[in-house]
Amino acid sequence: MTRAEMKQRKLDATSERVLGMVMPQGAPWANDLRQDALNRLLSMGLPQGRDEYWRWTKPDSLTAETPTQAAVFHSDDTPIFTALDRLKLVFVDGVFDAAASDALEGENLEVMRLTDALSSDIHWIKDAYGALEKRAQDPVDRPLATLNTAFATDGIVIRATGPVSRPVSLIYLHKDESSDAILHHVIKLDAGAELTLLENGPAAARFNKVMEIEVADGARFHHVRAQGRDHERRAVTHLFASVGSDAAFKSFTMTANGVLTRNEVFIDIVGDDSVAHVAGAAMGDGDFLHDDTVFITHAGLRCESRQVFKKVLRNGAKGVFQGKILVKQAAQKTDGYQISQGLLLDDDSQFLAKPELEIYADDVACSHGSTVGAINEDALFYLQSRGVPHAEATDLLTLAFLAEAIDEIEDEAISADILDRLEGWLARRRG
Amino acid sequence: MLEIKNLHVKLEEEDKQILKGVNLTVGEGEVHAIMGPNGSGKSTTSYVLAGRDGYEVTEGEALLNGQNLLEMEPEERAAAGLFLAFQYPVEIPGVGNMTFLRTAVNAQRKARGEDELSATEFLKVVREKAKSLKIDADMLKRPVNVGFSGGEKKRNEILQMAMLEPKLCILDETDSGLDVDAMKLVSEGVNALRDGKRSFVVITHYQRLLDHIKPDVVHIMSAGRIIKSGGPELALEVEHNGYADLLAEQEQA
Repeated sequence: MTRAEMKQRKLDATSERVLGMVMPQGAPWANDLRQDALNRLLSMGLPQGRDEYWRWTKPDSLTAETPTQAAVFHSDDTPIFTALDRLKLVFVDGVFDAAASDALEGENLEVMRLTDALSSDIHWIKDAYGALEKRAQDPVDRPLATLNTAFATDGIVIRATGPVSRPVSLIYLHKDESSDAILHHVIKLDAGAELTLLENGPAAARFNKVMEIEVADGARFHHVRAQGRDHERRAVTHLFASVGSDAAFKSFTMTANGVLTRNEVFIDIVGDDSVAHVAGAAMGDGDFLHDDTVFITHAGLRCESRQVFKKVLRNGAKGVFQGKILVKQAAQKTDGYQISQGLLLDDDSQFLAKPELEIYADDVACSHGSTVGAINEDALFYLQSRGVPHAEATDLLTLAFLAEAIDEIEDEAISADILDRLEGWLARRRG
Repeated sequence: MLEIKNLHVKLEEEDKQILKGVNLTVGEGEVHAIMGPNGSGKSTTSYVLAGRDGYEVTEGEALLNGQNLLEMEPEERAAAGLFLAFQYPVEIPGVGNMTFLRTAVNAQRKARGEDELSATEFLKVVREKAKSLKIDADMLKRPVNVGFSGGEKKRNEILQMAMLEPKLCILDETDSGLDVDAMKLVSEGVNALRDGKRSFVVITHYQRLLDHIKPDVVHIMSAGRIIKSGGPELALEVEHNGYADLLAEQEQA
C-alpha cells in the first residue's frame, strides 16, 4: 500500500467513525467553529498506532466508537484538595452538575458553563474557542483535540480579570460504567490576573478533555491536577496555552495507575521575559500506561521553560515521555530545561523517552536529560545502616526521586496535599 | 561488647577471600584502633559488620553483646546499637538531612519499642548537637551530603552518631580527606561521646588521628588477619617504621 493509500484509508475510517456523532448546537458562530474543527479532523484523520506520535501509546481505545467499560472506583479516602478553600465546579460523567457546584461567581472572576457561552454572543469566547487548539496543529497533528473542539458537550469558561484569591477547583466524578465524556474548558487571564486551577477525580470510563488557556502580559496561571487511582481509566487530555510577556504558566500533574492516560501539553511562549513550567509525577503499579507528551515553543526573548517528569513504575507499568523544546530564531537568551526520569522498581516495567530539542536561535541555554534506573543500592544501604527498615528506606528514596517534580508546585498547602497522596500510594503497597 | 571470632569473608561476585580469620574482642567503653596497609581488609571488616551486600561469610561469627550480628538485617544491627561512620558518606538527593536524621532516630526507637520523638523534641536535640559540631542550619536543611565538602560529610557522620547514640561505633577512615582543623573538630565530637560505656573501633591509616582519639588497644591488620596487637605505642612504631618490619616479622613467625 502506498502512503497516499494509507492516508486515504485513515481518512475514510475517520469519516466513518465520526459520521454518526452528534454535533451540539449553539450560536451560529459556535456551530461554524465546530464545523471548521470537524473539517480539519476529516482532513488529518484520527490517530493510529503506526503514527510516529503514537508509537508507544496505542490510541485504539481512545478512538473506538464505543468506550470500553470502566468499573467505578471506590475509595474511602477523603478526596484530595478537600481541605482547601476553593470554588468547586463539579462534573459527573462529563456533565456539569450545577447543584453540586458552587455559584458561578467570585472576586475578579467570570465563570460560565461552556454550553451557555457557546450559545451567547460573548466576543472574547468567539475568538478563543478552539483557537489555541487549532494553532497547535502545526507541526504535529493532535486530532483527538480537534475531535474535542467539534464535539465537546460541556465544559467551563473562566475569565480572570485580576488576582483571584480562591483556587477554582474542577472536580470530576465517575458514576456510569460506560460514560464517554468530552469536555472543553476555555480559560483567559487578563493582563495582571492570577489564577490557580485545580483538577481531580475520575471523570468517566473514557475521557477526552481539552483546556485552552490564554495568559496575558503580567498574568500568572497555576495548574495542579491529580489523576487518581481509578484503575480502568482511559483518558486523553490536551492543555494548550499561549503565554504573553512577563507572565507565568505553571502546571503540575500527579498521575496514579489507570489503563491509559495520555496528557499532551502544548505551550506557545509568545511574549518576552516569561516562564513556563510543566511537571509531572506518575506512579504505576500494574498493567498501566502514562504518557506525557509536551511541546514548548519559545518565540520571545529571555524566557525560561522547564519540563520535569518523573515516573515510578512496577509490575509491568509503562511510562512514556515525548518532550520537545522548540526555540525559534528570534527567541534569544532562552533558558530551556528538560528532564525525564523513570524509576523502575522491578524488571517488568518500562520507561520510554524521546527528548527533543530544536533550536534556531544562537544565544540560548538549553539542557536536557533522560535517565532510567533502579533504586540506588548505596543510598539504600546507607539508610538501613542508620536503622531505617528496607521498605521504609525504599519509599523514602522513591519520594526523593519524585521530589524535583513536586518542588515545582509553588503553593505549600497544595504541595503537602500531593505529597500526602504519594505517601499513601506507597504505604498501601507496603502492606 | 563486640566479639569477632575467626571471621572468614569472601567477595560474592568473585572467588576472592578477603578476611582470613579475624579475631577481635572489644570490651565495654574501650577504644580499639585498627591500622594496616591498603587492601588488608579493614574496610571490609566494617562493611561486613554493618551488613552490606556483596560479601559472603564462609566461617566464623560476630557478636554484639551476645547477639549474632551476621544473621541480622542492616537496620536491625543499627537498632541493636551498631553504628558505622562511612569512609565515603553517600549523597542522597531529594532527602533533607533533617528528615533523614529524624526518620533514622525514630525508626530505631520504634524498633526498640520506645516512643518516637516529637518534632519539637527532636529539633531541640539536633540543634544542640549540630552546634557543637559547627553544623549550621543550612547544612541541616540541605539534602543528605549533597554538595557537602569532605569535612562537612564527616562532621555529618558524627552528628548522626551523636543523634543515634549507638553502643558500638566503627569509624572507617574518618580522618581521610580532613584538614587539621576539621580532624580536631571531628575528634572532639567523637571524644564527647566517650562515656565509659560506649565502645569504638577506629580504622585509620595514620597515627595522627590517634593523637586526638586515644586508643586503648591498637591492632595491625594485614592480608585479612590481625597480625599484631598492642598499646598506643604500636601506632607510633608504625608511624616511624612503616608496616614493612611488622610484615617481615610476621612472615618469619
